[in-house]
Amino acid sequence: MKKEITRTNILKKPGVQSLISSLICIILGLFIAFIVLLIINPSGAFTSIMNVIKNFLWFKNPSSRLKYFGETLVKTVPLLMCALAVLFSYKVGLFNIGTPGQYCAGTCAALYAALKWQWGWVPCVLFAIIAGALLASIVGVLKAYLNVNEVISGIMLNWITLYFTNATLTAVKNPSSKDTLTIATVNKAALLPKIGLDKVFNDKYVTIAIPIAIIIAVIIMIILDKTKFGYELKATGINKDAAKYCGMMEKTNIIITLVISGALAGLGAAFYYLTDFEQWAVTQSTVPAMGFNGIAATFLGGLNPIGTIFASYFIQHITAGGAFVDLTKYSSQITDLISALIIYLCGFVLFMKTFMNNMIKKSDAKHHVKEFNINDEGGKK
Amino acid sequence: MDTPYAIEMLNITKKFPGIIANDNITLQLKRGEIHALLGENGAGKSTLMSVLFGLYQPEEGVIKKDGKEVKINDPNDANDLGIGMVHQHFKLVECFTVLDNIILGVEPNKHGVLQKEEARKKVIALSKKYGLMVDPDAKIEDITVGMQQRTEILKMLYRENEILIFDEPTAVLTPQEIDELMQIMRNLKAEGKSILFISHKLAEIMAVADRCTILRKGKYIGTVETAKTTAQELSSLMVGRNVNFHIEKKPQKLGDVVLEVENMTVASKSHNNNAVKNVSLKVRAGEIVCLAGIDGNGQTEFVHGLTGLEPLVSGTVKLKGQDITKAPIRKRNTSGMSHIPEDRHKHGLVLDYSLENNLVLETYFEPEYTSPAGFLKKDNIRKTAERLIKEFDVRSGQGPVTIARAMSGGNQQKAIIAREIDKDPDLLVAVQPTRGLDVGAIEFVHKQLIDRRDSGKAVLLVSLELDEVMDVPDRILVMYEGEIVGEFDPKKTTQEELGLYMAGAKRMEVKA
Repeated sequence: MKKEITRTNILKKPGVQSLISSLICIILGLFIAFIVLLIINPSGAFTSIMNVIKNFLWFKNPSSRLKYFGETLVKTVPLLMCALAVLFSYKVGLFNIGTPGQYCAGTCAALYAALKWQWGWVPCVLFAIIAGALLASIVGVLKAYLNVNEVISGIMLNWITLYFTNATLTAVKNPSSKDTLTIATVNKAALLPKIGLDKVFNDKYVTIAIPIAIIIAVIIMIILDKTKFGYELKATGINKDAAKYCGMMEKTNIIITLVISGALAGLGAAFYYLTDFEQWAVTQSTVPAMGFNGIAATFLGGLNPIGTIFASYFIQHITAGGAFVDLTKYSSQITDLISALIIYLCGFVLFMKTFMNNMIKKSDAKHHVKEFNINDEGGKK
Repeated sequence: MDTPYAIEMLNITKKFPGIIANDNITLQLKRGEIHALLGENGAGKSTLMSVLFGLYQPEEGVIKKDGKEVKINDPNDANDLGIGMVHQHFKLVECFTVLDNIILGVEPNKHGVLQKEEARKKVIALSKKYGLMVDPDAKIEDITVGMQQRTEILKMLYRENEILIFDEPTAVLTPQEIDELMQIMRNLKAEGKSILFISHKLAEIMAVADRCTILRKGKYIGTVETAKTTAQELSSLMVGRNVNFHIEKKPQKLGDVVLEVENMTVASKSHNNNAVKNVSLKVRAGEIVCLAGIDGNGQTEFVHGLTGLEPLVSGTVKLKGQDITKAPIRKRNTSGMSHIPEDRHKHGLVLDYSLENNLVLETYFEPEYTSPAGFLKKDNIRKTAERLIKEFDVRSGQGPVTIARAMSGGNQQKAIIAREIDKDPDLLVAVQPTRGLDVGAIEFVHKQLIDRRDSGKAVLLVSLELDEVMDVPDRILVMYEGEIVGEFDPKKTTQEELGLYMAGAKRMEVKA
């Protein structure tokens, strides 16, 4: 009996619940991906799904492993920043689905400043932050003053920003390809400093961005949980009218929230493209998936900034791992399909949590109710 | 049919984690009787009704219809058994007509084509039979609250329900409409319908009910015949102690003018006219001034203008001689004005915040709760919350960390009152502070208002309840169509006289 009580108590902790539901979603996602592989071609399914899970561990050589681990981290940074952008606004009751657009704006600003104006990395990063923030502020102003739904205006702006970015970055395009020039060839000063991390990981793309991104996640958590600022923002997000009633500047708070969210997304773009790991293809006709995957990472991370760090890493891990699916047995799109399936399942974390809570409540009602007394009222509306 | 009972709920027990909402409750409704269900907020009335409608399954107990045990798994089962309910908040489609609303869900049709004419005849016949006067072709949004309620009653009758449940039906009605409703209920009873009347208004129960079942804190207290009891006895059964109906006030000591409103005009959100027209009034220290009137005559807009939620079209507001006409809400909050809002869910609370966070909603930025670096001092917030919870007897499942949404309405209101009064305001603006509260809680709120007055502060009370208007204030101002049309001394006036002014039948010149 005693054992059972402790078990239930642990399960009741929101943190534990988030962790368990995230893990369940991951396992379910992998399982469904496995089934899909089985259906397409049973012979390679098991090795392929194991390769997806292993990612860089697939390599036998430790230094290659480290290098690919580093590269997964490089790709984790922008995703983490986008996830934090989504999380921050979500905690304040706003769904910033404009994150991909703000990420685009950050890319545009960072690359243009780096390649065209030959700025150093610090101003490039700041410029990207400002670009993301400005774009998000449009959504914020519309929401605060005209009550335009942030999802609608956010999605619309995504596409506008994408084509604006394509048009602008054509000016710094490599003449012989569809990609922008590499920063290393044009303006080395715009590359993010590596502070020796590149040597540790044996990979030139590993930069200061990784530790900073983690620090930012921690800062976001502190702001939301511990500060007056977070208290105000969350109150505004949950109940705008009550925020107004108690004298908060509810309109300003909505705008500030989106500005911060956009700034995070813009920063994420700078942290990625200023490593030179990837160039922007000016012919692309879809908004980068980074912003949308940020939504999945937010939920997979249990809406917790620290959880988001691991969730972002996991998503990039399996996305990279998708590349190791045996392509002699499967078509090349399978890589994306597998990671998409798993990411999709990540969105079910909240559902899992609710499901789990209901289970706990039911078993509680059965086993423990006799121990409670009725000193208190309430708890049932 | 060998039992006199239409519906019986026997030994119902319903438990939630941390609470037993219904503890062995028995309720037997006789055929053709009006049976009142009386209890404070959180006594378990709503849970019991949810069990009856199959929204919750009880752990123990049985439900019998005409003596036969039945299993109710969802509201459809209840409907099939002929049980219908008029909810406190009507479930009507605003832009549909009365007739459309009545037939909604049971539309008479031939091969999918609506046969409204038939339904209209039936509805007209029903409304004649029971004295439920309502125009079947009027749109819900255009008719009065009383007519909307009659539409709800017709909905039940149209479905040929035999057991009618009224959930606090008088909360939204004017005194005249309440009398009409009582008559309607008697008519229904005369036609053999069985009525379950959920209420905490003792006078109404005494007037209309045959028997009354009392719940307290989830427990069954007893069933009494109203003819053999008194309102006083009912209330002590409900609250568990004697309730003081008489409000004790110290002799008045009038002080300086605290609030001075001159020529306030506020625009309306729903129509082009101004909702508040050129209103002037003064409230002095040591008095309770009550703004009375029928709902929707500009009281809400007046308060919004006063507290800064809405801008003024013209006029000035002075608090302790200081002009605050254009001051932001925060400034008003910190310079001596407290506001118990009309809508506690919309304005008064952040429902998904914990109780403790709600208790510092207007003070969180003070140095006591926020360090210079902007960090919240959670220990201090907790201390304050614990103190207020104790002082104001705010009950909740888990104390300071309870999510406000999980608290009962009465305790939510207590939390707001605790927060507002703890600021020790010079002016307390209390808008319908007892709405939806039970006798015990009402007594508590009134005592708080009078304590403010007796300690030399000013109170502006906005109320729709005539009993409250007569008992609590020192001065009554009647508002009609955005203007103040009468000023009264509650000791020298009657409810009838006030009613005439509230309905716009009479008016006098009032100088602030």
